[in-house]
Amino acid sequence: MELNVEYEEGNRSRFRNLLHKLWEPYKHVPLLGLLLAALVAVLLEMLVGQPLARLLGMSKAPALFGVIVVLKTPILIPSVLLYILLIYALPIAITARLTAKLTNFIAAKLFNTSSGLSILIHIAFLYAILHLWTSISDYRLLIVKLTLISIIITLSLNVINGYMGEFSCSHPGFIALGAYTASVFTIVLFVSENQFGEAVLPPEWGPFLFPIGLVLGGIAAAIGALLVAIPSFRTRGDYLAIISLAFMFIVVSLFNNLEIVGGPRGLSNQPDYANLATIFVWTMLSIWIINNFVRSTIGKALNAVRDGELAASAMTVDTRKTKMVAFLFAAFWAGVAGGLFAHVIRYINPGTFGIRKLAEVLAMVYLGGLNSVAGSVVGAVGFNMLSEALRPLEILKWIVIPVMLILLMIYRPTGLISFTELDPIALVKPKSMTEGEADNATS
Amino acid sequence: MPLLEVKQMTHFFGGLRAVHDYNLQVEPNQIRGLIGPNGAGKTTIFNLITGVYDPTEGDIVLENDTIKGLQPFQIASLGLGRTFQNLRLWRHMTVLEHVKMARYSKITYGLSGAFFDTPKRQKEEHEIEQLAYDLLDLVGIRHLAGQVVTNLPYGAQRRVEMARALATEPKILFLDEPTAGMNPEELVQMMEIIRRVHQEIGLAIFLIEHRMRVVMELCQIIQTLVFGEVIAEGTPEEIQSNPKVIDAYLGKEVEV
Repeated sequence: MELNVEYEEGNRSRFRNLLHKLWEPYKHVPLLGLLLAALVAVLLEMLVGQPLARLLGMSKAPALFGVIVVLKTPILIPSVLLYILLIYALPIAITARLTAKLTNFIAAKLFNTSSGLSILIHIAFLYAILHLWTSISDYRLLIVKLTLISIIITLSLNVINGYMGEFSCSHPGFIALGAYTASVFTIVLFVSENQFGEAVLPPEWGPFLFPIGLVLGGIAAAIGALLVAIPSFRTRGDYLAIISLAFMFIVVSLFNNLEIVGGPRGLSNQPDYANLATIFVWTMLSIWIINNFVRSTIGKALNAVRDGELAASAMTVDTRKTKMVAFLFAAFWAGVAGGLFAHVIRYINPGTFGIRKLAEVLAMVYLGGLNSVAGSVVGAVGFNMLSEALRPLEILKWIVIPVMLILLMIYRPTGLISFTELDPIALVKPKSMTEGEADNATS
Repeated sequence: MPLLEVKQMTHFFGGLRAVHDYNLQVEPNQIRGLIGPNGAGKTTIFNLITGVYDPTEGDIVLENDTIKGLQPFQIASLGLGRTFQNLRLWRHMTVLEHVKMARYSKITYGLSGAFFDTPKRQKEEHEIEQLAYDLLDLVGIRHLAGQVVTNLPYGAQRRVEMARALATEPKILFLDEPTAGMNPEELVQMMEIIRRVHQEIGLAIFLIEHRMRVVMELCQIIQTLVFGEVIAEGTPEEIQSNPKVIDAYLGKEVEV
């Protein structure tokens, strides 16, 4: 018996050694290398994805790594795995490893020229990958768009629930305010239809003025936030949770009864301005600004207020102003996200922004991790993937996801990646520089 | 002219008179002590002066301006720094972040700097960081700058509080039992730090303390508080020999 255990342990450590050995070279692959490898995989899929999928018995290339195929037709599981291995896993692994030296060299060069430029180039690379990857299927494009919007929403709620440590339930309300405001803006100005009549401005101007509509949506949400904040930030405690929940229901019933924006029938005919590039830019902008905010001493005051309000005020922090600013700031981004959402789906009704939306948003924040920008990105992406993967379960999905969340709360109460700081400069740093390269780069 | 003056301050918690007719004058660069049995109202007096509670009656004047009725953060920005009896550190933040946070009201880059990471903000954050490191040097915990405070030993946590209070650039420093719960070695170090702060920065200090040794060695003038009233005020020698103080601490001597 004992021998057996020892044997198993020996086996396991051998397995771990093997993994370690395989993983070792990848520790020196910079982010640039991974992006390059992903680009190669995406190009490969564009070239041979379709024929390979047919060869493996699938009708077309799996849209989201085959997560849907797996539940619908389990017999195809081996094909899906093989597809992922051949199109994604192997090409990425091989390219990343083979080009590590080159990408490290380029990353070092870029990093030493200007870290800001280097970050921009990485982001451009990421966009190129997403653009090519989504060009294959419309379904994939839609999911990526919604996921990017989810990132903005999750991040902004994390400012309140994570960084500030209050519990706000009003995010769907803010999203609704943003969605309706931006929709009314674009429909009135650029679309000729029955609800608001002829277009006021030439429709060609639309895409250029769209950002104004989004910002207006954000401002509308921030004004809504002000209404919640004034009564609830007088004292600490559960007031905000209750008042914000009430606010969410008030917003929904407001739009239900506002005939001018369609009442319960909702609002449609939003112009198709929210293409991938627009959404990508707004998402990156929100990550950048929110990350800047939470890393500044002014933003860290949120943590101080959360962990000890009395001490914070004794250390000159204006706690009330700090809370108000953060709350309005978060609501603004939720409003912007709402505006984008309305122009992706191109149809909104009050029912979209109810308690179910709240559950989704909270799930994304707590799945990803409190007090963490990276966590919010992971949470939004993870939850959206999960949600799509479980779509074949239909209504059962809403039993499986909550159970997963309960398990998460038990085993990782603060989420997957919590209480971390995201330093974009460290992210784009080359992973290893030989001395000669470092000298070259600095001279 | 005194730096800080409290005039006839009285405070009620509902029907309970916690502080009665309390007067205080702190001169620049003076160390004053406040002693008294448990529940005498010492921390309440701290909280009243620093704005946590608003006194029922009386006036508090800091350098000619009344600070009564101001918010705690306003009083703190005006130059009244404090530490807490039961350490109120922010449990998820590092030592360096604690000290930087206390510069909050001095930050000028504003929200635009916070959102867009402007050069002005980078410069200012860098300056704050240098200042924070200097203060950490002063209290001797520079090497712990990157640690999250909950991982630190108790003595080090007390020092973080001290550095944090100093970073608000106080004119007068309120220390609420700065050596509570410390072992003899940490005690000596903390007294050394208080002396250094007093001499190098020239701060006025007002401290609550239970350990007679600390009070007697550090303070120039001591007040004794019993049931919210000052029963004795004077130099350490006077206090030590004052029969009222001995009564309050040890009980009355009974003739047999």
